[in-house]
This record gives sequence, C-alpha cells and structure tokens, in this order.
Amino acid sequence: MTNKASLKTFLARKELGIFGLLVLLCLMTSAQNPNFLRPENLQNMARLTGIYGIFSLGLAFVVITGGIDLSVGAVFALLGVAIAMLLERGTPPVMAVAITIGLGAAIGVLHGILVTKVKLQPFLVTLCGLLVYRGIARTIANDETKGFGMAKGFEWLPPISNSNTLGIPNTFWLLILVASVLWVVLHRSVFGRHLIAVGRSEDAARYAGINANSVIMKAYIICGVLTGVAAILLAFFTNTVGPATHGNSYELYGIAAAVLGGCSLRGGEGSIVGVVLGATLLRVLQNLVTLLHIPSSLEFAVTGAVIMAGVLTDEILRRRRKA
Amino acid sequence: MSGISKRYPGVVALNDVSLTVMPGEVVALLGENGAGKSTMMKILGGVVQPDSGVVTIGGTPAKPASPAAASKLGIAFVHQELSVLDNLDVAGNINLGREPSKLGMLDVPAMHAIASKATKRVGLDIHPTTPLSNLPIAHRQLIEIARALAQDAKILILDEPTSSLTPTETATLLDLIRELKSQGVAIVYITHRLGEVTAVADRAVVLRDGHNAGELAKTELTHDRMVATMVGRNISGDNSYVPRTPGEVILDVKDLTTLRHPMGKASFTLRAGEIVGMAGLVGAGRTELAEALFGITPAVTGTISLSGIPLSITSAQVAIANRLYLVPEDRRHHGLVVSLSIRENISLPDLANMQSGGLVNRAKEARVTQERANALTVKAPSVEMAAANLSGGNQQKVVLARWLALSPKVMIFDEPTRGIDVGAKDEIYKLIRALAADDVAVLVISSDMEEVLRISDRVLVLRNGEVTGSIPRCDATEESILRLAVHHD
Repeated sequence: MTNKASLKTFLARKELGIFGLLVLLCLMTSAQNPNFLRPENLQNMARLTGIYGIFSLGLAFVVITGGIDLSVGAVFALLGVAIAMLLERGTPPVMAVAITIGLGAAIGVLHGILVTKVKLQPFLVTLCGLLVYRGIARTIANDETKGFGMAKGFEWLPPISNSNTLGIPNTFWLLILVASVLWVVLHRSVFGRHLIAVGRSEDAARYAGINANSVIMKAYIICGVLTGVAAILLAFFTNTVGPATHGNSYELYGIAAAVLGGCSLRGGEGSIVGVVLGATLLRVLQNLVTLLHIPSSLEFAVTGAVIMAGVLTDEILRRRRKA
Repeated sequence: MSGISKRYPGVVALNDVSLTVMPGEVVALLGENGAGKSTMMKILGGVVQPDSGVVTIGGTPAKPASPAAASKLGIAFVHQELSVLDNLDVAGNINLGREPSKLGMLDVPAMHAIASKATKRVGLDIHPTTPLSNLPIAHRQLIEIARALAQDAKILILDEPTSSLTPTETATLLDLIRELKSQGVAIVYITHRLGEVTAVADRAVVLRDGHNAGELAKTELTHDRMVATMVGRNISGDNSYVPRTPGEVILDVKDLTTLRHPMGKASFTLRAGEIVGMAGLVGAGRTELAEALFGITPAVTGTISLSGIPLSITSAQVAIANRLYLVPEDRRHHGLVVSLSIRENISLPDLANMQSGGLVNRAKEARVTQERANALTVKAPSVEMAAANLSGGNQQKVVLARWLALSPKVMIFDEPTRGIDVGAKDEIYKLIRALAADDVAVLVISSDMEEVLRISDRVLVLRNGEVTGSIPRCDATEESILRLAVHHD
C-alpha cells in the first residue's frame, strides 16, 4: 500500500466532512481571536480532547453494536469518588488504579449481561445505570466532595492528567495510543469485522455462525474499561470530585462525538478516526464559545446547532452518493 | 393501464405493458417471479411511479402519485405480506389512516360502525374491539380486505391473498371475491395457485420478463395453457435428471420437536450424495426444522446424529463446526449482511482461517473470496461491491460461496430459489446437484412444487412438524405430496 493510498483509507469519505468542518471552525476562531493558536490554549484543548476522546471511543463501540450507553457520566462520578476514597485510605496507587478500571469493566459486564442475556434494551439498562451509579456515588461519598489534596504517596498520578510530554499533554498521547489500538481492533481484526456484522444485522451474523452475544458483550466491556480510564484522567484533571455533579451529561458528548464521527445509531457503522475528530470538534466548539465571547449561556445551543449541521451535511452527502 | 414502462438501475422491470379491468370482472395477473407483476401493481397502487405510460380510471387519466392518492381514486391494495397492525383492534385497523374524528378526537362509535359493516361484507362475525393479535392469520387477511372495502374501493388488488390460508379459508375467500365481483368491484388477482385462477378469474393477463406475454380467456384458463404462457414454452419433464445411488446415512434425525410444533415429532435420514426435497404447507414447520438443525433456535427434544454421532446443536457455531450448513430462506436479513461487500460476506464465517493473531489477513481474504466468487460465477464488477446491489440469484451464490469452501457434509437449503429468475434458478440447481455429486447430503425445503419434483431424489412431506411421508422420486407427484401435506379433516 502506498503512502497516498493509506492516507486515503485513513481519511475515508466519511471522515472528510467532519475534518473539513473542524478545519473551518479552527480557521474561523483563530482569525477572530489569535489567542486560539497560543500554545497554552492548544495544550488545554488537547488535554481535554484526550479525556473526551478516550471515553467517546468506548461509547462508539457500543453504538456500533446498535446500543447506547447513557451511564458514562454517572460512572465518572462513581469511579472518581472510588479512586479518591481508595487513595485516601492508603491503597497502593497502582492497585487503586487497577480497581477503578476493573470496576469500569465490571459495569460493562453488567450492562452486557442485561443486554445480551436478559435481552433488555440498552437505552433502558443504561438509563437505570445512570440513576443508580450517581446515587451510589453520592451515598458512599456522603454527598461530600472528594479530592486528592497534595497527592501524598501517589505524586506520579496527577501529572498523567496535568502534564505534558514533548509539549503535548499526556492525555492526548494516551488518546493516540488508545485510538491506534482500537483502529486496528475495529478496522483490521476479526472481532472488528464481527462487530460491524452484528451491529448491522444480528440475525445474519448468527446465521453465519457468529456468537453475537459475545461480540456485544465485548463491546460493553471495552466501553466500561475506557470509561474507567477516562474517569481516572478526569478525576485528576478536576482534582476534586463532587459526586452530585461530576461528569454530568458527559455521555451526551460521547454520543455526539460518535455520531459526528460517522457511527450510525442504527449500528453497524463507525470509524475510529471519525470519533477522535468528533471529540476534538466538540472541544474546539467549547473553546470557540469562550474565545469569541459568545455568552456562555449560549454554549449548549451553539454545540447543538453545530452537531445538527454536521449530521445533516453527512446525511445529505450520503443521499447524494446513493442517488 | 397502457404502455407502462419502468426501469430500475440495471433492469427494465416493465416494458410497454398494458392491462385493463372492467367493473365486476376478476382479472388474474400471472407471471413468474420477477415478471413484473408486483411492479405493475405498485404503480397502480401509487407506491412507485412509471417512467412512461398512462393509467386511466373510468375513462379519465389518473396519476396515483402516492398510496394515499391511489386510495382516493378508489384503488385498494391488499398486500401479500400482512400489513395489519397487531397492536391495534379490528376497528383500529380497518379505519387506519382514515380515522373518523370529532375535534381531533377519535370518533369511536363511527369507527366501530364502519368496521362492523366492513367485516360483515367479508363474512366475518367479530366485534370491532377484538385485538388483531387474537385473530388467526386467515382472519387477519380478511381484515385487510375489509379495510380495502371500507374505503369503497372500485378497484381491488389482491396480491397472493391465499398464500397463508388453509384450503377451507381459501374457499371462503374465493366466495368473497365472487360476491365482490357481483357488487361491481374490479379485481386484479395475483397468485401462483393456478387452481384458484381457474376457479375465480374471468380472464388472465400473463407477464413475462416485463412484457405482456399473452392474454387468456375464461375458457383457456387451464393449468397447462397458463404455465406454457408464463414460461413461454411447454414445460417438459426435466430430462437432465440422472439417478444416483446414495451412500451411507449422514444425518439421522429422531423425534425432533420445535417450539412451534411441540407435539410434531420429525424423524428422517439424509444419505451422502442424496438430494432430499422437503414439501409441506405454509406453517408446517419446515423453516423451524431447518433452524433447529442449524442451531438458530435449538430443537426442544429429539436427537440429531451426524455420521452416527449424536450431537447437541445448541448454536450455529456447533452446526458449522460439524460442517452442517444452512442457506436460509430470508437472504436479505439472515443469509447476508447486505450492507457489507461480497468479500466480507463470503469470509464472515471463515475469518478464523484468514487471520493471524486476531487480525484479518486482508491479502488472503481478498484472494480466497475472489476465487470463491469466481468459482460460482457471481456476476459483479468486483468483490468489493455491497451485497445489497446484487440480483437475488447472485446474492444466493454469495451465501453458497460462503459454505461451499468449508467442505459441507450436510447442506440445508430453505427456499433456495425464491425471488430468483429462471436462468439463475437453473444455475442454483446445477450447484445443488454438484454438491450431491460430491457426496454431500442435501435437504431442499421448498414451497415450489415444481422445484421439489424437479431436483429431489426423494421427497419428505412435513405436516404440523411431523414427517408424514417419504416418497421416492418415481412416485412423487403433486397429488401424492399434497395428500400427505394437507390435514384430513
């Protein structure tokens, strides 16, 4: 495969639209406010993009199965509280991290069982999860804000979220790593192929001898693990975890990133590069609202409008291709 | 309707086709699958628009631009697949889309009045509040017709209305058609059951490959004349049949029951190199049997032995591991993931052999799937084409290509040529015979009697989940099969 061809596959038609939109927004913002291109601003955006990108990718896997996970934000609160309390009690930091990610995986397993074995609808399962996890987080934290203080005994942990390597935030490096692995998993592995098949037509996949339940289960576990990783990064980024509000509505950003990145909510379609671009776009949008002095009360409206524009453009392009 | 033409990408569905129906007349529209019957009726029903040609109703040109517009013109379409909603009651279905209302609220008494009147016309004595889900299939079909009548249809299109009815129910429906005819309704009747045509039609219009192939008057509506006109030649016996001596028993099924027919125990054997047809009425449990053997919905009780070894087939993975494969009835939803390419569809169950370390070996996949597609002469510009864009025959070849490479021991075909045109049918038959020549045990489930008689070495007949007979080829006739397939009331 030549370089040109691989670049072409890398940025398939699907991602071109959102890539164009991203470039457009960046150009527009930097023209209006040169601060956009200042290293600190770019670093800050990249740091958050790293965190958002990681859990958006996890969500994307669930979306590709035709499912959805509404509980991500509540899981952030639960796991954020969990790691803070574990460290507070002097749990060895490596252990605390492992337990937190393990909890994320366990939540994925639970969702997977309820969806594949009990045959409940993913929307319902994770909607209940959203309420339950938030409630548990608030209860175990006594509704008190948890924090990491001076990080005594685990001084190496906060910098994973807050420092840079070679000028690039560590969270962004982590995103690159995660995205590269998942790119291979989704676009090159047998599991990825099975995932696409199951997401588009579970019946047809079963008739081809694919264990559809196991494929869907794995997608939920991937989502759980990545939510766990992002939960730790987010907790150290904010440095305090208020169980009632921490992570509120983050799942919607993840779903938006997945959809902007070319995942169909009907399942069976998705692109890793697209999702990363989608997550980046959402961060740039938030930055744009601040830098262009748009009233912050309008932030959600702007975000919503741009997502709608992106999805509409995609739909129009798709119809034109078909015709 | 005259001079109707309709083109789809790659195919001319209709080419200058004409059809007239008089009030109080029943015209049968005949033709093989793909002859253009459905397209013709979709145009009349406003579902699709013709590229050229005119529709005239009562002397005035009409343009059914949408199903709603067609309905206003007095055209009612009773579809082959039931399109009633089983979450509504009888009145809700009959009034669907035309609900009488007062200030935006449903006018329930009016709905009930309309429904009662319409159900009486189709000879059903049932309360308007009966939930559809409580009605047997035959009654649902009658509700569909009642719905059409409730809108004062002048032209009624019936598309295979009897395909899911028992003989008694069919007789009732035919009586109803005669009654409607005497009320002056113009009826277009589409069916593959030629006996019904003889019984009820005044005239038949035959389509073939999107052309008018001929018109038959009432006196000409004999089975042979109709078939000859549809096929364009006299069907002679299949001369290509070569008797084979089957080998040892490969598949041995004993007392197998399924969820659908918990009381019907199916027992039969398949031998190596033998093509066994499986006939039966709709609802006899043939597809359920196939899905039990393939592990999609595992059998409730009974034993399945492969080469003498009892197996517990709890999932398709087990069946596949034992080289028992199914070409399912529903190609578009079960046989293929139509949005994926030919390559991805062929390799889907065989990725384990095209991978290293969990990653797909794309070069090998491309090469192997191309070879398999070529071997079955799948007609497509490239294996990267989405399966959705293939013709029915080529889609079926893709499903077959997937399994042929995995050296089948037992192949089960469920309606292998449904929706496939005549030429491609022959190719599928050749492939099935080639499998048998390779000592594969083949089971072909089919509702197409001609097909069963043509390719089977032996015919099994299923009734209510039970194998009621095994007829050797030399004794198999439409009559001998039907006798075993129908209920003896």
